[in-house]
Amino acid sequence: MASSCRRPEHMAPPEIFYNEEEAKKYSQNSRIIEIQSQMSGRAVELLNLPEDQPCFLLDVGCGSGLSGDYLSEEGHCWVGVDISTAMLDVALDREVEGDLLLGDMGEGLPFRPGTFDGCISISALQWLCNADKKTHSPHKRLYTFFSTLYSSLSRGARAVFQLYPENSEQLELITSQAMKAGFSGGMVVDYPNSTKAKKFFLCLFAGFSGTLPKGLGSETVDRGIPSQVQFTGQRSRFKNMKGKSAKKGKDWILEKKERRRRQGREVRADTKYTARQRRPHF
Amino acid sequence: MKLLTHNMLTSHVKGVTKGYPLLIKATEVKVSEVEFNPNFVSRMIPKLEWSALVQAADGLGHLQDLPAELVTDYENNEDFLRKVHRVLLEVEVLEGCLQCPESGREFPISRGVPNMLLNEDEA
Repeated sequence: MASSCRRPEHMAPPEIFYNEEEAKKYSQNSRIIEIQSQMSGRAVELLNLPEDQPCFLLDVGCGSGLSGDYLSEEGHCWVGVDISTAMLDVALDREVEGDLLLGDMGEGLPFRPGTFDGCISISALQWLCNADKKTHSPHKRLYTFFSTLYSSLSRGARAVFQLYPENSEQLELITSQAMKAGFSGGMVVDYPNSTKAKKFFLCLFAGFSGTLPKGLGSETVDRGIPSQVQFTGQRSRFKNMKGKSAKKGKDWILEKKERRRRQGREVRADTKYTARQRRPHF
Repeated sequence: MKLLTHNMLTSHVKGVTKGYPLLIKATEVKVSEVEFNPNFVSRMIPKLEWSALVQAADGLGHLQDLPAELVTDYENNEDFLRKVHRVLLEVEVLEGCLQCPESGREFPISRGVPNMLLNEDEA
């Protein structure tokens, strides 16, 4: 179980895992702060809020308020919800501008319908996939969360979740419950070709269908690997199918000339004399 | 907790159909300076439940003589917007509790953070 020990969800429930010691890292460790702010920046970018208009936003799993700082910087007002008192204490000590609530997102969000213009969440959603108590059912908790979130967002608002899915089943569980609650949208993957920089963002739309934004660094995938298998009606000749042609044969010579042409070398044009056998000499 | 947040909060205890507005029982209230943004305040006013805001502000003793009914043409009334801004964003409840009007369940507030966690049988 070496790999599972790296995932905090497997160690303890969030209210216990994020104790004073763990919370202190979020105000002192410069690497954690840098990564958190980068992801918050990208999440806010994906929210696509109207410019020069202050919005009222929700931050689910706000923790020490690193992501909220980003929202305050852009001139928005926000409310943060977190389950860990230690993390909220750090946020209070940092004097964040948003209002804070202690709450469990799996129990539903206690807000009036149509309250928020958008919602962001950084590395929090995967915690809902765990059943930490006997009464917890991940399906039910995810559905309660998404349905209460849907109603508390105004029409046309977006919700962007950065998450670390453990496997594809988990991802499917999350997206299926979100769709069941009425959201449209899907996953945006940044840098899909990199193991380290790869980041998953779940972009959900409440009540309208926008186009899903493109993940960063994913243009190369579209160009390099065709999405469909190449197919032609042409039959390939049997002798071409079994690897290289016989040496010094006509096909071999033609292939070699073709290869050298591709390399940009000077090659004589193919004529009717190419690879023709010479007349026998005594 | 700001009164803007209070205006949006409802009780989500199982079985409660209209847990709104939550009753504030404050023991400590603070007023702090927040930058005035007329654009934001006038955008938030249509979202507010006006009667709940007046009731909450009155309960805390920071009514700022707000009218019981929302005035029309508030976008251009800077004096009015400033008053609403003060009530919405500058008055903060630090200690006390919120009470659900239907079930009577109390949500404690400590250091300005309301505890909205539910017990297992309430979720």
